[in-house]
Amino acid sequence: MAERKIRVLIAKPGLDSHDRGAKIVARALRDAGMEVIYTGLRQTPEQIVETAIQEDVDVIGLSILSGAHMALFPRIMELLKEKGVKDVLVFAGGIIPDEDVPKLKKIGIKEIFGPGTPTDVIVKYVKENAPKKT
Amino acid sequence: MKGLAEIEKLTKGILAGEKRSIARAITLIENNGETAQKIISAIYPHTGKAYIIGITGPAGSGKSTLIEKIVKELRKTGKTVGIVAVDPTSPFTGGAFLGDRIRMQNLSLDEGVFIRSMASRNSLGGLAKATKNTVRILDASGKDYIIVETVGAGQLEVDIVKVAHTVIVVLAPGFGDEIQAIKAGLMEIGDIFVINKADRENADRAVIDLLSALELNTHKTWKPPVIKTVALTGEGVNELLKAIEEHKKYLQTGAFDEKRRKKVEAELLEAINQRITDTLIAELKKEGKLEELIRKIMNREADPYSIAEEILKEKISKK
Repeated sequence: MAERKIRVLIAKPGLDSHDRGAKIVARALRDAGMEVIYTGLRQTPEQIVETAIQEDVDVIGLSILSGAHMALFPRIMELLKEKGVKDVLVFAGGIIPDEDVPKLKKIGIKEIFGPGTPTDVIVKYVKENAPKKT
Repeated sequence: MKGLAEIEKLTKGILAGEKRSIARAITLIENNGETAQKIISAIYPHTGKAYIIGITGPAGSGKSTLIEKIVKELRKTGKTVGIVAVDPTSPFTGGAFLGDRIRMQNLSLDEGVFIRSMASRNSLGGLAKATKNTVRILDASGKDYIIVETVGAGQLEVDIVKVAHTVIVVLAPGFGDEIQAIKAGLMEIGDIFVINKADRENADRAVIDLLSALELNTHKTWKPPVIKTVALTGEGVNELLKAIEEHKKYLQTGAFDEKRRKKVEAELLEAINQRITDTLIAELKKEGKLEELIRKIMNREADPYSIAEEILKEKISKK
């Protein structure tokens, strides 16, 4: 029997043209033994949710720098709900002002990592919080 | 292991082409041998309808980008497509970065396309152990074409021949000279060869080297064509599709049945092999004999081969 791997989708919603952070996180999760799918830049919420479904991921990490998180993240969370995707852990990272954090947590984004977060912290968080599916 | 009811529900979902069932079933196949077997048994009668295209070639030769263009064309004719894209698992950490989707972004919202990225895990032949059965899931879900992209292949990652009807080897100019093209392995498995990035220097030279090497293949009735493409712009993709259709027709002249028989034979033997080995090893472990045998070998009291022979004799006489 093969061991179970954590599958993570790292997604870049919106019109950012910079994905260094997303790639660093993807790489760190890869090095921690996870299977990481990266969407590439400029994804719509619809594309991200569709990818998450087809790839049957356990975790979605959203990276955003453009400031459009209050428009794009709620749409992603809505779509996930609409399509019946419940057992997925969603976290986010990027440039997100402190005052938005409680609002995002309220809509189901479980954790938000700001600039300068050591990758170890993110790896540990994902390992401990990824839903245990069979 | 999953309950029967859940397997039944998944099977129904797969046959109805329901995406979450397909996705979930693939995960189960990747993770759990026994459940995988049950799902495959349930869907097996519904497989064998899709046409399977394998895309292989070195890393960076443009396989994923080319797939996006091929699928766009197939979609214009109303055909549905499943894609399985395999990328390597790290032999050091067990992790993987699956990046083939990045080149296929324009397909992600097409209802007629299902894309699954897959890590190679412990396999060395260019595919994952779960790839073949994932193809079956997509086949049973009603996809007309299934495209399998291997990991970036060197010379010996040739498992794709066991899965695909038509194997396309994608190279880029500068792949090497005629001598490289004569070497065994990858260069033997192409039903169609593509020189991608053909807008680059030396593309014609690459085509000539390849053609002259392929001409030495005198015993084959199918002569693999060499096609120039520029995947980024879509140049040459229509010619490639024509070549795929021609190869499909060629297989229908009888080569198809022989190819299929060979594949079924290989898979059956592998299944028997796996089953027997797993059972014997599990018994040895259960009986607690394994450690004792290892000690014997370490003390040079016996060698691994005579012990294997002994075990076989003992187990077979018991049955």
